[in-house]
Amino acid sequence: MDNLDRSIINELQGGFPICEHPYAVVAESLGTTETELINRLSKMEQENTLSRFGPMYHAEKMGGGLTLAALQVPDERYDEVAEKVNAFSEVAHNYAREHLLNMWFVLATETPERVAEVIDDIESQTGLHVYNMPKQQEFFIGLKFEV
Amino acid sequence: MTSEPAIIDAIDRRIIEETQGGLPLVPQPYHVVANTIGIEPNELMRRLKQMLDSGIIRRIGLVPNHYSLGYKANGMTVWDLPDELITELGDKIGRLDYVSHCYQRPRHQPLWNYNLFAMVHGRDRGEVSAKVEMMAKLLGEHDRGHEILYSSKILKKTGLRIGRGR
Repeated sequence: MDNLDRSIINELQGGFPICEHPYAVVAESLGTTETELINRLSKMEQENTLSRFGPMYHAEKMGGGLTLAALQVPDERYDEVAEKVNAFSEVAHNYAREHLLNMWFVLATETPERVAEVIDDIESQTGLHVYNMPKQQEFFIGLKFEV
Repeated sequence: MTSEPAIIDAIDRRIIEETQGGLPLVPQPYHVVANTIGIEPNELMRRLKQMLDSGIIRRIGLVPNHYSLGYKANGMTVWDLPDELITELGDKIGRLDYVSHCYQRPRHQPLWNYNLFAMVHGRDRGEVSAKVEMMAKLLGEHDRGHEILYSSKILKKTGLRIGRGR
């Protein structure tokens, strides 16, 4: 990664314009060309340096439901429970974590009401209590990861 | 606090479906998306600006892959802070440059006494725990207990998607 790659990453975390030739506008502020910027971004995409490039949508504002939930799963049932939880299309991420609460998943649903239904279904299918931890407040996150 | 959902129509939904995977890397990306959907580029740009204004789009931009940038360790840190100070302290923690997400969430006593979550990134677990020490120092007497939950395995990762029916 060279200086241009670094300035591209730093610059584009802040925002990308909506206009006829947005890459040309950004390229000019970075002192490079539209073609070079597009080539660099394509390369970063191929090398998996980017996890996303585009609009970041806000799930709740689109009318959907979103929550983080955790389970305390007995070791001997871990794989079976993971399979049951993952089978729900509403489960967007699921991580094993080193804690008494050892399974943590994000539910993203089409409607806010659906969150409670999915939690009930997971509880009845696994026989385990779901610890529901919806966000109550989101704190400001500044521009991140200067590279 | 969650705000009221904004109104989106069928065309906005099509725009979301077409762009949630990313923008095309071509000189006129919005024209390409507009053509795919079958609307005028100006209409697409107007709707994107509107969704930015109403907060449906947080921002248009780039998210680097922390892992490939060398931030190979991340810890979900959880904190027991006084409820009456949560807004002030959460704001302070969220602004730290190694914290990528910061939320207040409900306690589930007695098993779970934590009310603040902050995702902390570092090159390795040693760096993550050093940063957590700095956070604890910053919080001082208000830190009534904290833990770092490292992820040992990704069990599922599909990302957030709407229009799953397609």
